[in-house]
Amino acid sequence: MKKVYINGLGCISCQKTFDTDFLEEAVLLENQNKNVVSAIEPVYKDYISPSAIRRMAKGVKNGIVASAMALKDATISEVDAIITGTGMGCIEDSEKFLKAIIDNNEEFLTPTSFIQSTHNTVGGQIALGMQCKGYNFTYVNGANSFESALLDAKLQLENDENASVLVGGIDEHAHYTMEFYKVAGLIKNDDETNFSVLKSTSEGYVSGEGASFFVLENEKKANSYAEILDVSIFNSLEINQVEKEILDFLQQNLVSLEEIDAVVLGYNGDGKQDDYYRNISETIFKNLPQVYYKHLSGEFFTASSFGLWMASKILKTQMIPKISSVNSMEKESYKTILLYNQYRGKDHSFTLIKHADA
Amino acid sequence: MSKVAITGMGIISAIGDSVEENFNALLSGKTGISVIENIETIHKDSIKVGEIKKSNEELLQQLQISGANDFSRTAMLGAIAAKQAVKNAGIININDYKTGLISATSVGGMDMTERFFYDYLENEENRRYINANDGGNLSHNIADYLGLQGTVTTISTACSSAANAIMLGARLIKSKKLDRVIVGGTDALSKFTINGFKTLMILSDTYNTPFDNNRKGLNLGEAAAFLVLESDEIVQKENKKVLAYVSGYGNANDAFHQTASSENGEGAFLAMEKALKVANLSPENIDYINAHGTATQNNDLSEGRAIERIFGKNTPEFSSTKPFTGHTLAAAAAIEAVYSVLALQNNIIFPNLNFQEKMEEFDLVPETKLKEKNLQHVLSNSFGFGGNCSTLIFSKS
Amino acid sequence: MEALKLELKEKIIKVLNLEDIAVEDVNDDDALFGDGLGLDSIDALELIVMLDKDYGIKLLDPKEGKAIFQSINSMSAYITEHRTK
Repeated sequence: MKKVYINGLGCISCQKTFDTDFLEEAVLLENQNKNVVSAIEPVYKDYISPSAIRRMAKGVKNGIVASAMALKDATISEVDAIITGTGMGCIEDSEKFLKAIIDNNEEFLTPTSFIQSTHNTVGGQIALGMQCKGYNFTYVNGANSFESALLDAKLQLENDENASVLVGGIDEHAHYTMEFYKVAGLIKNDDETNFSVLKSTSEGYVSGEGASFFVLENEKKANSYAEILDVSIFNSLEINQVEKEILDFLQQNLVSLEEIDAVVLGYNGDGKQDDYYRNISETIFKNLPQVYYKHLSGEFFTASSFGLWMASKILKTQMIPKISSVNSMEKESYKTILLYNQYRGKDHSFTLIKHADA
Repeated sequence: MSKVAITGMGIISAIGDSVEENFNALLSGKTGISVIENIETIHKDSIKVGEIKKSNEELLQQLQISGANDFSRTAMLGAIAAKQAVKNAGIININDYKTGLISATSVGGMDMTERFFYDYLENEENRRYINANDGGNLSHNIADYLGLQGTVTTISTACSSAANAIMLGARLIKSKKLDRVIVGGTDALSKFTINGFKTLMILSDTYNTPFDNNRKGLNLGEAAAFLVLESDEIVQKENKKVLAYVSGYGNANDAFHQTASSENGEGAFLAMEKALKVANLSPENIDYINAHGTATQNNDLSEGRAIERIFGKNTPEFSSTKPFTGHTLAAAAAIEAVYSVLALQNNIIFPNLNFQEKMEEFDLVPETKLKEKNLQHVLSNSFGFGGNCSTLIFSKS
Repeated sequence: MEALKLELKEKIIKVLNLEDIAVEDVNDDDALFGDGLGLDSIDALELIVMLDKDYGIKLLDPKEGKAIFQSINSMSAYITEHRTK
């Protein structure tokens, strides 16, 4: 079995994660006075032709740009396969089409927003732009959409079915969907602002959006960020089952708890839901540098791709940005990082990465 | 391990609530295409659909689910088919091996969202369906319904979705990541898809006629089907009956246009070529092709060209079963997988209903009657928007 | 007909979201599809809806659109002859 390396990355998010080094311009979302935060946009015209842009919603544009950035970072222009994960898909266009159906009583509808609403639009558009005729899958499974894509890519590369795979997580906002999530108690109410994600006890999270893409190859290169050791997903777990699953996961990979240098957790400020992280923070991870990121990226189904971006950067730069440290612990060097994410008790994922030279 | 055993199947479609019912309809040539009844739409009289003539209440009753729940119609159909498959495979304790569920959908919970879109902000009553909009939620519904705790994910690549789910399942078993996977797809009819396809002007106002020179477009359908794939170890240990094998699979991207297929069927050609390679078969080993055959101008031309490129003068018998069920989008490859297995088990080729006149572009003529033939290998195509082309090969057990 | 031609140019730019193009950039006999303005089959479907919604002309076969949408000239001629709104 071949090894799998992260050789390039590109990230568009609610922070300035392009044309910067590593979150030096980061701003806490908790202080922004709104609970649905938009991504910072690149200059789309630099990457996409006007005739193509005119049909694209934000998610597709962000996906195309983030993937282009990842390819540039990896210094390659072609890949053998493209695999994307998205929790909600292209909801901007879905809403547009649905609203038109309802408002116009099914008359005078036009096809563009219907076409753009299919979940695999991002993957399809990237393939079209690159003329990549290879394997192309899109996963739509809540908070492990991205990890599903990662798992699939890893399987391909390990078995040498393909040598390079572009993997990404994308999600976008759309007006009505975000309003629905507010009334459903998923997103924090508008009147709740200025709180700390780590200390929040109220229900709901701050919603973000973005696209993070990775070039994975089964060849180590000079600029490799990390090796992906394993990815594991579970549909549902009780809080008291998580510790055992993590320890089993590490054992299967012949990695001991002591070898973990940092753990990246998906704290999102959603009251009791964060107990999934709090619990293990206070037990098995008590003496480890703990990192969180959703106070920067916001929560969305593929926010964990931002988490992987962050973990990869930590391994490359060998430092944890203060703004994302949970417990202000540091280590002299970072070789192995574990990531854990879940969403309301579902879609748990464990990802283990190691420094490429370790 | 080069091929993966199929040990169970379940299906619900416009031609029946079970594998047996579907099989009988295929044998008797009885179509499930009709006028739409469950959805109020202004297009009622200008389209035909493959509708499952059961209300949501009846489906929930069938599932024995009472009280408040967040099952969309898509989830209901999926749960029914998945449960059948698990039972058919003789599984008592679903968590006794490393088990996964890979589902596929394109509609997801849209059938609920479109009903309650403005209502959600006004009334509390139906807000539990807000969660149901995304595709992953229904996989959770199905997994919970089966009592499954393990690897669960969902693929959404338009009309090739279920083929991709089956493909991933096979690969996970071959690489020993899982011992058992329940794979398939589900999609319910919705105003969203009816209107969407109408704007593309590819819906027929009559019965769909795949590969016919005068074809007018597709009939949408709704359905769900799941297969149980199990490792050789389980098959031997539990002495399971193998229905057929997944022996080949391939996915490729046409990279031509967002919705249309290239004229020479490049994506389709590459997918079929890959599947044959994985199966270690040559084109002449294929005994029957269950075509994607949606009866749109574009697909049938593109697919036909690709078939010619692969099989040359030796194209085996082929047919599209969409005149029976309609085009069931993300479920299509799953129900057609069930039909491919039935074909293999019974050495029978199902007819391409409604066909009258050969397409002028080539000499391909589908089977129009039931045909008995010794079948060893069946190839099934499914092609979707975004240029997503998938092919599966099933082989006799 | 001149007013209609101007109207069509404005509508095409708006409906098809051609942000980078101004009315002055579109000549009456420019090819709209393929090499000219670069419109494609999805745009054709959008224009078919526009014909119905704004001019009351229903096209049942998308292939009919090919001839009608060749240029602003051909569009305005067709609409003038067939419009019901």
